[in-house]
Amino acid sequence: MERIPIVTLGESLFVTIQVDIDDRLATTLQDDLMERIVATGARGVLIDISSMEVVDSFMGRMFAGIASMSRILDAEVVVIGMRPVVAITLVELGLSMPGVRTALNVERGMALLDQALTARLNSVGVDGELADGDDAPG
Amino acid sequence: MATTPPAKASGHPPNMYPIACDDDVVQFRHRVREAAIAAGLRLIDQTKLVTAASELARNALEHGGGGLGEVCSPETVGRAGVRLIVEDDGPGIPDIALAMTDGVSGVSGGGALGMGLPGTRRLVDSFEVWSEVGVGTCVTVEKWAL
Amino acid sequence: MARPPASAGKGLAAPVTSATPQLNGGSRSLLASLLSERRKQVLDAWVRAMDRKLESRSGQTSEADVRAECTALLDALELAVAGDLSTDVKSVEYAGVTQLVNALSKDRARQGYSPTETAIAVFSLKDALLGVLEEACADQPELLVSEIKSMNALVDDLGLQTFEAYMAGREEVIVSQQQSMLALSTPVVKLWDGIVALPLIGTLDSERTQTVMENLLVAIVDTESQVAIIDITGVVTVDTSVAQNLLKTVAATRLMGADCIISGIRPQIAQTMVFLGVELGDVVTKATLADAFRVALRMVGANLATAGSRQ
Repeated sequence: MERIPIVTLGESLFVTIQVDIDDRLATTLQDDLMERIVATGARGVLIDISSMEVVDSFMGRMFAGIASMSRILDAEVVVIGMRPVVAITLVELGLSMPGVRTALNVERGMALLDQALTARLNSVGVDGELADGDDAPG
Repeated sequence: MATTPPAKASGHPPNMYPIACDDDVVQFRHRVREAAIAAGLRLIDQTKLVTAASELARNALEHGGGGLGEVCSPETVGRAGVRLIVEDDGPGIPDIALAMTDGVSGVSGGGALGMGLPGTRRLVDSFEVWSEVGVGTCVTVEKWAL
Repeated sequence: MARPPASAGKGLAAPVTSATPQLNGGSRSLLASLLSERRKQVLDAWVRAMDRKLESRSGQTSEADVRAECTALLDALELAVAGDLSTDVKSVEYAGVTQLVNALSKDRARQGYSPTETAIAVFSLKDALLGVLEEACADQPELLVSEIKSMNALVDDLGLQTFEAYMAGREEVIVSQQQSMLALSTPVVKLWDGIVALPLIGTLDSERTQTVMENLLVAIVDTESQVAIIDITGVVTVDTSVAQNLLKTVAATRLMGADCIISGIRPQIAQTMVFLGVELGDVVTKATLADAFRVALRMVGANLATAGSRQ
């Protein structure tokens, strides 16, 4: 069955969503991503939606879902490359995607991931030590 | 979810498309996009219409048990634009007025009735919903090239 | 599939129950057969009537063109009325006819005809059809009356159609001009690396907001900006809807990965907003563009610092 490929980019995972993603593919992506996060211990996920001409409420909920689930798995998600017409339409639709960070491109997206992860680190305990610090991929 | 294959050759008029599965929603979006381009809609308006079509088609699929989508050309509409009619034989909407109100935080598409109708309405220029409990639902929207 | 009942439907074929007695096996088919058998007579009479009523326009359009236009319309009409009993010009059977009427309207408007003159051209068809109906129903006064009634209603609808087409044409022109004006009046300015500014002047209605959002977001992509300053010094009234439109613009900007600062908030505006209960949420607001610029520099600079520390 067709799947959306997930690529490793340093300590992060990188996904490019093509134009025609149907519901089945979207749900499969969600599952695959969670598995990969656990399997690789990735701390960040970049989702490139620059090819998406339409983002409807289903996809919006999916992104929000991916963000929440990833956070539970100790990873941050950044969606990059949203097209202006898509952004305007989403706002008009009244769809808010709570917990979904966005950035203009890959470079900004990586910088944002860095920031988000640093913020997380700084907010963890006085000694700043993470329970799984030794397991973090280097 | 019904697994009947799309009834493409079952005698539907050329501009009516079955919405019986996931793939049908994707195909419907394509047809709507083509019609929007042909009618001279600007990119932002094309996007809004296709998004609205996606919302309506998904509703028909998820709440109506499948349905039909019709794409009407400018000649039928009477002006430069596209009309979409999405209908289903589902349970119908008991309280249309309620379905048309925004959620508390203005977030639709996941609100109490999960149908996102208010949001969809903001995307189009003309919006009509007809529904009867036990009979079905029919939503007609138009997006004009103005 | 579930559709609303015929009376509530739009664009659906709704057979009209004719109350008139069907003397010759269907009143619709009489008009259709007349259009087919007496075509030349109808066409000639129509063109003559148009000429007579639009004297001032005689010679403006070549006779050949007029005849061609009318012939096409009569062809479509013959097809439409030969169908079932529908007399609703908005129904699908009449799509061909309305298309031609719209084209005729556009054409005439382009030649400088007023909408009334175009309508008169269509209404002149009545004279022609009246003539052939009178001849065909010479001994049947009841049938004649009912035929005239329905023909009258049909041509009336077509004549009104020309007005709608005219209005639609004018609207198109107005809106396209409006859009040009809007595009010209919402320039986005790059203030610094990563910072753009949009001085708004005038109103911020929903129409304008669309253009503003489009221009701003495209500029953000083009300049790879992180901060957009929207200056509302020139916005005269800030009421609830203006505030909502501003918030929409901010939300859209954030979805693109950038952030917004709203500047130019005069004391009166601040008062009005509090009075109206307008909530700007967590949007940063500043009194002047200069203040906003300073904040924006910090926001952009902060990111640079982080990038530096990564090395």
